Amino acid sequence: MNWLTNFVRPKIQKLVRPKEVPDNLWHQCPKCSEMIFHRELEKNLRVCVHCGHHLRMPVRARLRMLFDNEAWTEIEQPTVAIDPLRFKDRKRYSERLKDAQAKTGLKDGVVVAHGTMGGINAVAAVFEFDFMGGSMGVAVGEALIAAAELACLQESPLIVLPSSGGARMQEGILSLMQMARTTVAVDRVRDKGLPYIVVLTDPTTGGVTASFAMLGDVALAEPGAIIGFAGARVIEQTIREKLPEGFQRSEYLMEHGMVDMVVHRHELRAKLIQLIGLLMHKNPSADVVNLAPSARRRKPEPDRAAAPPDPTVPDMTFDDR
Amino acid sequence: MHFLDFEKPIAELEGKIAELRHLSDSDGMNIAEEVSRLQAKVERDLSSTYSKLTPWQKTLVARHPDRPHAVDYIKALVEDFAPLAGDRLYGEDAAVVGGLGRIKGRSVMVIGLEKGRDTETRIKHNFGMARPEGYRKARRLMNLADKFGIPIITFVDTAGAYPGVGAEERGQAEAIARCIQTCLDVRVPLICVIIGEGGSGGAIALATGNVVLMLEHSIYSVISPEGCASILWRDGEQSKTAAEALKLTAQDLERLGVIDGIIHEPTGGAHRSPEAAVSAVRDAIETQLSQLVKIDAGQLRARRRDKFANMGRNALV
Ligand SMILES: [Zn+2]
Repeated sequence: MNWLTNFVRPKIQKLVRPKEVPDNLWHQCPKCSEMIFHRELEKNLRVCVHCGHHLRMPVRARLRMLFDNEAWTEIEQPTVAIDPLRFKDRKRYSERLKDAQAKTGLKDGVVVAHGTMGGINAVAAVFEFDFMGGSMGVAVGEALIAAAELACLQESPLIVLPSSGGARMQEGILSLMQMARTTVAVDRVRDKGLPYIVVLTDPTTGGVTASFAMLGDVALAEPGAIIGFAGARVIEQTIREKLPEGFQRSEYLMEHGMVDMVVHRHELRAKLIQLIGLLMHKNPSADVVNLAPSARRRKPEPDRAAAPPDPTVPDMTFDDR
Repeated sequence: MHFLDFEKPIAELEGKIAELRHLSDSDGMNIAEEVSRLQAKVERDLSSTYSKLTPWQKTLVARHPDRPHAVDYIKALVEDFAPLAGDRLYGEDAAVVGGLGRIKGRSVMVIGLEKGRDTETRIKHNFGMARPEGYRKARRLMNLADKFGIPIITFVDTAGAYPGVGAEERGQAEAIARCIQTCLDVRVPLICVIIGEGGSGGAIALATGNVVLMLEHSIYSVISPEGCASILWRDGEQSKTAAEALKLTAQDLERLGVIDGIIHEPTGGAHRSPEAAVSAVRDAIETQLSQLVKIDAGQLRARRRDKFANMGRNALV
């Protein structure tokens, strides 16, 4: 022990601590708590390299993973002009919207895109959970209507990936009406005889589950995703007992007949291409199908540069001048 | 009679009237005069109180235990009633009541969410909180009506779909989604009346109709004021504030273009004069029905879908 460790070091610790696990460099797996190097996580499609946990995925990363050659076209969407109810809780809804827009760079919680999958035209509507919990308001309903119309126009399958806590309370009854509205959207696709496939991702709950999300011709789910109608806490309070193991998880839903398959994210694109090919009586082009990166599933080589820092020991390399 | 907190002054006046009536044997004239004076005041107070109910007060009125329920409307409005039961998949859920009958001689299918009136019937009807079987039964009855060209009338009164382990396991979300889809699919007139509480997904499952009407003091909301308060304000005590913010009254919903009309309630609310409420609902249904039966089947469906496809669109730019 010298004067440096006793006196200066705590000061440096204080300086360095917040930067210790910079968001853009290291992630902590919410399931196994292991540290994952950012680049490694992205390369692995945000599946934990240690335990296989599927982390939530930003909308553009999703689109990149779905379409051929990582290429797609997004459609322009309207946004909510004024908040229709002039809703204010502890904060104004208009402010919450602005914050969410700034945080995500999106106008609202869903992006609609089209491109090809295995050479077949496809339309996808993907939820951004970071936009107010993926909650469904009028703009989200509008996006799904637009996605359905585009699918009908292009005679393409519609693929929807919800990730949502449910209705957007700040839009009150108008958010509830989106349950009916999005049902009309998927009915239009159904009337045209086009496939409608849902990929349930973490979490899919409330009014979103109880409308378009449970109406897929085929329902896929990502491993471990929370899927349900009522919140677990509400159910626990109602029945006053502990919930069963794995309750409202993808695997549990499959056991109860509510989804067709639980698909690992690395196989998702190939599975979707297979399904739309089968449903549309088309043969997907083989060269683009084989993108499922088996290499991405390997455990990463021990790599000095990528070794996670020990969060209990301050890293002094940056500030030690 | 059950009095709500804000009805207390009225309850006191009525107590006084009852006392005076008790005395009236001894001293006739003066007391009769006083009674009619007090009664006039009760009427005035009721009508002024009920003309300016706050959203939270309306929530309490909508949940009033003496308010007429689905079974009361069915009993009073529907002749020749044949109750139907079961979803043909798993079970019978008495939170959803329904069956065939006649209104003004015309065959109708009626479906209602029933809360029950006393301990025994509340348990039987699960407090109006349907399980997947209830929504699947409703679907079955709607499809049956559709097959035979019979108009459908729904009475909505629920705090919400039942949040239970079994309900989740048997696909509560799927059952509600399919129920909405069936509402949008049928080619017969579909009239929905919110008679008390229109609680979230559990309500819209039976309220996606050609015409959606609300009783004057009923509510219809994406979440209960209590639930909203605890989530957004993190304080269950803020229910009144949440009720205001949610815009859940019939008047708000008409302004927002979500419902097609309001059925006026007798002075002091439907619970004060159930017969008058029933008769107002009868008139409204008969009027709507006589209009809707003139529209051809494909149009009925197309218009219903278009109406809901545009819901909220005017809030967008
Ligand atoms: Zn992990």
